[in-house]
Amino acid sequence: MSKRPRGDAGDDRPAQAGAAGAKLQIARDIWLILKQDRTALIGFFVILGLILVAVFAPLLAPYDFSDQHILHAFEGPGKTFRLGTDEFGRDLLSRIIWGARPALIVGVFSVLLAVLIGVPIGLMAGYKLGWLDRITGWLVDIMLSFPSLLLGLMIVTLLGPGVYKVVIAIGISHIPQYIRLARGPTMACRNLDFVSASKGLGAGDLRIAFSHILPNIVGPIIIMGTLSIAGAIRMEASLSFLGLGVQPPTASWGNMIREGVENILQSRWMALFPGLALTFTVLAFNMVGDSLRDMFDPRAIIGRKGRRKLPRREK
Amino acid sequence: MRAYIVKRIISALAIMWAVVTIVFFAMRLVPADPAQVVLGDYASAETLAAFRAEMGLDRPLLVQYFEFLRQLARGDLGRSMITSQPIGRQIWSLFPYTLNLAVFSTLIGSLIGIPLGVWAAIRKNTAVDYVSRIAALAGFSFPAFYLGVLLLMVFSVELGWFPVLHQVRTGSFGEHVQKLVLPALSLGLIQASYVTRLTRSSMLEALNEDWVRTAMAKGVKSRDIYFKHVLKNIMIPVITAIGVYMGTILGGAILTETVFNRPGLGKLLLGAIKQRDYNLIQSGLVVFASIVVFVNLLVDLTYSLFDPRVKYE
Repeated sequence: MSKRPRGDAGDDRPAQAGAAGAKLQIARDIWLILKQDRTALIGFFVILGLILVAVFAPLLAPYDFSDQHILHAFEGPGKTFRLGTDEFGRDLLSRIIWGARPALIVGVFSVLLAVLIGVPIGLMAGYKLGWLDRITGWLVDIMLSFPSLLLGLMIVTLLGPGVYKVVIAIGISHIPQYIRLARGPTMACRNLDFVSASKGLGAGDLRIAFSHILPNIVGPIIIMGTLSIAGAIRMEASLSFLGLGVQPPTASWGNMIREGVENILQSRWMALFPGLALTFTVLAFNMVGDSLRDMFDPRAIIGRKGRRKLPRREK
Repeated sequence: MRAYIVKRIISALAIMWAVVTIVFFAMRLVPADPAQVVLGDYASAETLAAFRAEMGLDRPLLVQYFEFLRQLARGDLGRSMITSQPIGRQIWSLFPYTLNLAVFSTLIGSLIGIPLGVWAAIRKNTAVDYVSRIAALAGFSFPAFYLGVLLLMVFSVELGWFPVLHQVRTGSFGEHVQKLVLPALSLGLIQASYVTRLTRSSMLEALNEDWVRTAMAKGVKSRDIYFKHVLKNIMIPVITAIGVYMGTILGGAILTETVFNRPGLGKLLLGAIKQRDYNLIQSGLVVFASIVVFVNLLVDLTYSLFDPRVKYE
């Protein structure tokens, strides 16, 4: 008990190795669930396709995202430009394909960042309770009193625009959810027999928290993770739409929608298509996350009468 | 009960204080010098110094901080760095627009979401239920600002029923209503999907309770069971969700106001961020956070109205 909750990184390593077996088991469980649920399976394959599109964007896109064909500006869908062109005559299809990159990078890495910071804090707070728990609880309350888009806006204002800064901004704004998510089940676990047993065997706090409790609460974290990727992608698009996220000429769906709205009288396609790409991507992640949630215990996330246990998904 | 209210208000004030502190120091972390940003690269050293003195930027950080707190306590939000207009007046004049938007979207969301959720739960696993679930999932995934863009395309550009730009000019009642419909719909329809889903799942859970079976066995009319007993029981999670969602709507207002070019707090804040008007950003963030804290406080205090079992200790 004398150990400080935030020990040095070296303490976490054996814990991760111990959780690897459990992770494999969970991966297998998830695959079994996906196989049974058609909605989830469709979502899964859409995501897979999207990853391929993002990786092979240079091969798949008919033009470069910044190629300007100024004589063909504001064209509708046609033979040369499948989905039409924007105000500089750039091919919309190519830009949408390239736009999958920032969307996925931001979606995945920002959630990863939030999980890697939020979950350990929540674990320790839920396990140790006491002053640590009170302080984190208070911090979480403060962070949640900003609408998450606003929190993201504030951080982007501090950091400046750019893909990786957007990752940091969205990641930080998602941290409080993961602190809450990890804390609750940890508190429920901390007095169970297997915890007392390992305590009796002389395991330290970090070891108990990371190798014994963590594998038991990983289910809800994965579900929430999938759903927050959807939220993070939407938030990236929102920030870019406001002109504070990914900067032009880099293609991002949010940017493209903004350009589309600015030129809404000249061309409807400019805003329509990137928005569809965005919506279907978010939908795919939600479909998978939703089915996973239905399969695991649904009450793990939506509490019956608890406050604010509704997963917060921002626009 | 009174002790609880006092405690709850104190904790809300503590959170507000922390928010103010974080926002204040975060704004000081910005690498750029506000004076340089406002006056431009060619400003002379004297002008820069004069600007800093006028804005109080040359004073020690803690002095600035306590001055800011003192101002806020008096209800003074300071002056804009760029226009030197009092920020309070600016926010106050735009507040009704954002408030209208938030209130009407919430109304649309609740008036569609609650009945639809109840209906879907009562007719579980029928066409109504499936349609409502698909609609809810789609609503989750639709970014509200994109829904706004689509509404704008269909009803303003194609059909011409509404203006493309939603700047409010004359301020007549009719104009206010006309320019509120599409923005409120774009936020409200999305909220409806959240409310539908939550109402449905809470309702289903409540329908499994023993007292529902007892009531049925007693021969209580099913309409009375649904609307008098069950609905009352699920109001707490639903109201909590609607309250919490207020934060999302306020965040979404920034986007919606941008899509529709509608005046409001969100657009004011966004403009401040783009112009790097640090005072305005700071006060704007504080105002947004206070609204959220206030709404959460209200939500907590309304629990007892719906559930007499909630007794605050």
